Amino acid sequence: MTSTTLLEFARGPALTWATGVFVAGVLWRLVGVALLRTKKDLSEPRNTATWKGLRLIALRSWPRREFLEGTAFGEIMGYTFHLGFLAALLFLVPHVLFFENVFEGLLGFDFSDVFGFTWPTLPTGVVTFLGAVSLAALVAVLIHRLTSPVKRLISNFDDYLSWLLTAAPLATGMLAYAHAGGAPYEVLLAVHILSVEALMIWFPFGKLMHAVTIFAARGSQGMLFERKGASL
Amino acid sequence: MSATSGPDTKHEHEIELDKPRFSVKKPAVRFDRQGDMLDAERVEKAMGNFVKDFGRTAAIWMESCIHCGMCAEACHFYEATKDPQYTPIWKLEPFKQAYKREYGPFALVYRTLNLKPKVTVEELQEWQHLIYDSCTVCGRCSLMCPMGIDIASLISQARHGMFHAGLVPHELWAVTERGHREGSPLGATPKVFKDRVEWLADDHDVVIPLDKAKADVLCTMSSIEIMKYPDSVVATARIMNHLGVDWTFRTDGYEATNFGLLSGNASWQKEMSMKLINAAVACGATTLVLPECGHAYTALRWMGANLYGKPLPFCVLHISEFLAENVQNGKLKLRKLDKTVTFHDPCQVSRRGGATEAPRVVLQALGVNLQEMFPTKGTNWCCGGGGGVVANHRADELRYKVFRIKMEQIEDTGAELPVTSCANCRQTFDDGQAHFKWDKEMRSLLELVADNLIEEAA
Repeated sequence: MTSTTLLEFARGPALTWATGVFVAGVLWRLVGVALLRTKKDLSEPRNTATWKGLRLIALRSWPRREFLEGTAFGEIMGYTFHLGFLAALLFLVPHVLFFENVFEGLLGFDFSDVFGFTWPTLPTGVVTFLGAVSLAALVAVLIHRLTSPVKRLISNFDDYLSWLLTAAPLATGMLAYAHAGGAPYEVLLAVHILSVEALMIWFPFGKLMHAVTIFAARGSQGMLFERKGASL
Repeated sequence: MSATSGPDTKHEHEIELDKPRFSVKKPAVRFDRQGDMLDAERVEKAMGNFVKDFGRTAAIWMESCIHCGMCAEACHFYEATKDPQYTPIWKLEPFKQAYKREYGPFALVYRTLNLKPKVTVEELQEWQHLIYDSCTVCGRCSLMCPMGIDIASLISQARHGMFHAGLVPHELWAVTERGHREGSPLGATPKVFKDRVEWLADDHDVVIPLDKAKADVLCTMSSIEIMKYPDSVVATARIMNHLGVDWTFRTDGYEATNFGLLSGNASWQKEMSMKLINAAVACGATTLVLPECGHAYTALRWMGANLYGKPLPFCVLHISEFLAENVQNGKLKLRKLDKTVTFHDPCQVSRRGGATEAPRVVLQALGVNLQEMFPTKGTNWCCGGGGGVVANHRADELRYKVFRIKMEQIEDTGAELPVTSCANCRQTFDDGQAHFKWDKEMRSLLELVADNLIEEAA
């Protein structure tokens, strides 16, 4: 396979299949849970506006003072990784062009025509820096997972595979940007795209799915506890 | 060493009344496996009953753990030992495994490819220590979880599975069975209760109405209070009489302790709750007052209507809420207490029940100098005795380690009096106090109020 056909494969059938698995898998997992019955709570609520408990979705993003001592490392690394990853995903010029193409391809309209503004971007150097910081945070959490007795005990295959598949797009993206090792750009780009597709394929099956379920999980606890007036 | 099959319930499990901790005597031979089921049947029952009432909410929590391990930092058992097995989410590991294999959206894939091995009875037996001995279902971990998983409620679900698999710690099973058989887990049968009420009324020269056909308020007690802290029965009567309430105790519904909830037997839990509900309905009560008992609050206030199948036709209040209401409406007038006090939040009433401010309103009315612990209210540390742990002799050493956290917290406040509104917390403190020869004695908010009523001149 030449470097060009590898890139065509990555951009063509591989992307189609990865997207299919991603969408079908996420829907299957969500619908599988959503279809479960839920019993009406007949107890007299302390607070009737239980929807207010949805604020827990935002509240839990900020650690409580009482818990900070034991969780500061996880919180800081979590924020660093997620923000860097999102910046690289959403604001790198080639990514934005890709999303705009997808948007136009799916809906037949230009993004800026519909929303009245162009998708913002960050300079490539800034994104590369943020990507590197994000990758460093990922390395730090891996070391922590391997050395912390608690995390080592509770970790399983999913944790390590999810780590690898999350780190890979960041690493391959930076390699492609740096034109590393004299490899043809098409190969580096194809490997980067394939790494993203591997992430998409694994996403619905493992813990990466928390990016979706976090809202329902926090929201459920929030509404349940708000009803009782319990601590959020 | 755990033995199979159940103990002789008629002759064993003598209650110890003369010890700081009120429970069954330490068994000479432990029976931590009940019944004669085959191993495969135990596993099947454990998993079947774990997912029996599994709805959307529990499932989304099971789908959301990212193995960050932060919940360990919230758990007093981990904090006291730094042993990773006490990480709250790890306590659910076999159940997580079984959920993925048998119940989750990708169960077929997990089963077909054997990606998650079948849980064994040996694993479940090993986990008994984590599900019962080292979890008070206090829910502190649920507040820590960045994903919003209510780990405590999942532990309760796991207990349902363990009970039906006959894998409950000896003492907890014994008191639960006794509650089912006698109507009270700790010997406070209707006859004992009636005798005690009559004796207390006589001894303390207080009117204690019993079995009134009609009353506005039905008061209930926990067996710990009836048998170990009878002053709480008297205190309840004094306060109700002082307020001029039309109230009663009833022998057909007085026992608020619900070991069905703690051990994981939903039908026995319902049976205990229904006695209270039926008694309140029978006397036409508009309010049912729950005693100083944490899990009794969860059992009736938050689960009672769901067991009843319709909204309860009366209001359910924890005694601290009842007192606060009467402070706020000006009916309850109290003498000022010139003391520095700190308040220990019972987890089920405060953190998980929402009645956090009520005891503080009462303490304010008592004019005390309230020194809050750190952390306090919703994130206060558990005493280590809830969830049936204090009844379990096997857990004693671990519980004492956990209790050190509580002692340090209280010492740091510099308060003269530690006060709480849960008799189970109180006996955990009594036991810890005796063990460590500590000079602080836990006091009951209810009794403190009764001791400081301002009697109006006739």
